[in-house]
Amino acid sequence: MKIAVCLKRTPDSESRFRIAGNGAAIDETGLKFDIDDFASYAVEVALQINEKQAPGETVAFAVGPDAVQETLRKAMSMGVDRAVQLKTDAPTYDGLAIAKALAAELKAGGFDLVFFGKHAFDTSGGIVGTATAELLGVACVTSASKLEIASGKGTARRELEGVAEIVEFSLPAVVTIDEGIARARYPSLKGIMAAKKKPLETKPAQLGQPRVTVKGMSLPPDRPPGRIVGEGVAAVPELVRLLRSEAKVL
Amino acid sequence: MPNILVFAETRGGALRKVAFETVSAARALVDANGGGQVHALCAVPSGGAGLAEQIGKHGADVVLTAENPGFANYAREAVAATVAARAKSGGYRAVLVSFSAQGRDLAPRLAAKLDAPVAADVTEIRIAGDSVVVKHPVYANKVIATLQLDGPLVVLSTRPGAFPVTETPRTATVELLAPASDPSAEKVVVKEMQEGGKGKIDLGEAPVIVAGGRGLKAPENFKLVEDLAAAFGNAAVGATRAVTDEGWRPHSDQIGQTGRQVSPQLYVAVGISGAIQHLAGMRSSKTIVAINKDKEAPIFKVADYGIVGDVLEVVPALTQAVREAKASG
Repeated sequence: MKIAVCLKRTPDSESRFRIAGNGAAIDETGLKFDIDDFASYAVEVALQINEKQAPGETVAFAVGPDAVQETLRKAMSMGVDRAVQLKTDAPTYDGLAIAKALAAELKAGGFDLVFFGKHAFDTSGGIVGTATAELLGVACVTSASKLEIASGKGTARRELEGVAEIVEFSLPAVVTIDEGIARARYPSLKGIMAAKKKPLETKPAQLGQPRVTVKGMSLPPDRPPGRIVGEGVAAVPELVRLLRSEAKVL
Repeated sequence: MPNILVFAETRGGALRKVAFETVSAARALVDANGGGQVHALCAVPSGGAGLAEQIGKHGADVVLTAENPGFANYAREAVAATVAARAKSGGYRAVLVSFSAQGRDLAPRLAAKLDAPVAADVTEIRIAGDSVVVKHPVYANKVIATLQLDGPLVVLSTRPGAFPVTETPRTATVELLAPASDPSAEKVVVKEMQEGGKGKIDLGEAPVIVAGGRGLKAPENFKLVEDLAAAFGNAAVGATRAVTDEGWRPHSDQIGQTGRQVSPQLYVAVGISGAIQHLAGMRSSKTIVAINKDKEAPIFKVADYGIVGDVLEVVPALTQAVREAKASG
């Protein structure tokens, strides 16, 4: 199968974040970036499908400045065959603009499947994958936690609030990948060496005038400092009293 | 100001709490900007007119009902086509959906169909001249971004729990709307819905959540969490990632950065140390209670009320006390 995987580069989610001097971005000093977790599951799912249903080709795409090349190389070290960077000057919050750039590139690619993470850790909006599918006019399944592809059709499971939905869909399709579907493999030394020789193409992204812009970023207000009511079973009556009279939730 | 179109989310033909939140949010927005109409669109298998009273109570002026047996489940393509067709008919400044499972799927489809700027998971909305300005928590709620959307029509999804349900009753007029595409001819077809358990309150809707972590020591001890939830009566049960990864609880119960993000009135963390990934999913809860044997656990930094102690002893005592408090009214 010909499978595209669209990646995002995001900082380590356990980082402590500071706001940059311009007040409209995070300070990236000292942050460690990698393939976003959900996108890494998408890479894994794509590789597994093409390992089972050879021959195939897996191509990674990323929209962004040159820093995304490292992310694309990582995907190639996991086993992706080649990569395409759609180059921009800076990351953007205009998800539809990114989707347009991707759709323009993917349109002529002849892909059976296009994978995205269900969202990325940084913006967690989940906009780009679904919007890309709409622009391509193909089937779109969001947040797949299980996926089977056989004879030109797909079956996916989606965890909704309190229920699970099982869907069937025709190919070509865009699928956004939830966790629980696969653990991303670690690149082998051989994979890392091979990735250095795999083709990474860079093209300008056609983003147009962004219509969603960041006006500011701030840290959320701290919660008031916690209070220890007491120790052990003896503290239960006081807790219940506070829940009733102070928090008024009981 | 011009009108706002709201997708009033239903499941199985019944309105969900998030529908009232988005309608209330739209009402507040038009009222803060010189008035306008709130139009709420429902896609249901039948009986749409019966929903008008409930939606009108929260401030909708017009209830648009698209009825078709194919709307028994979420027919993503037909819903998107129907909402987009209505939005295109003109006079709308914004389309609001919830950042729920359905809305996450729907909002980007609408943005693409309408060629409209879109922001997801917003917690505040205001109109500033020709722009719409929203707050959107990013980096797992550790940073708040203020975004400006420029366009005559914008698509926004609202974070569940972030907008209060308010009552500003009016008698909504009902208009029947034809689905813009056939919901039984979708590229993605729902084959089956697997219920998570009858009568179970969803994490996103529950006013109280009791969540358990590895401090419970063994899967069978989750019974203590379930008992405490049952004592509250209006509570859902959640879990940390450590616990769902171990298979003690289903993945759908996971609260945290990669799971559900919740903001109930009361969150009771049982045997949860408070890893940053977990805090990302619950720190916006109104009141947080933590029970943990380690008094240095990070959960106590965010907990309004903490008890240091063995959960296997404290939780049954708390369950009993809550039962008594509930019984005495």
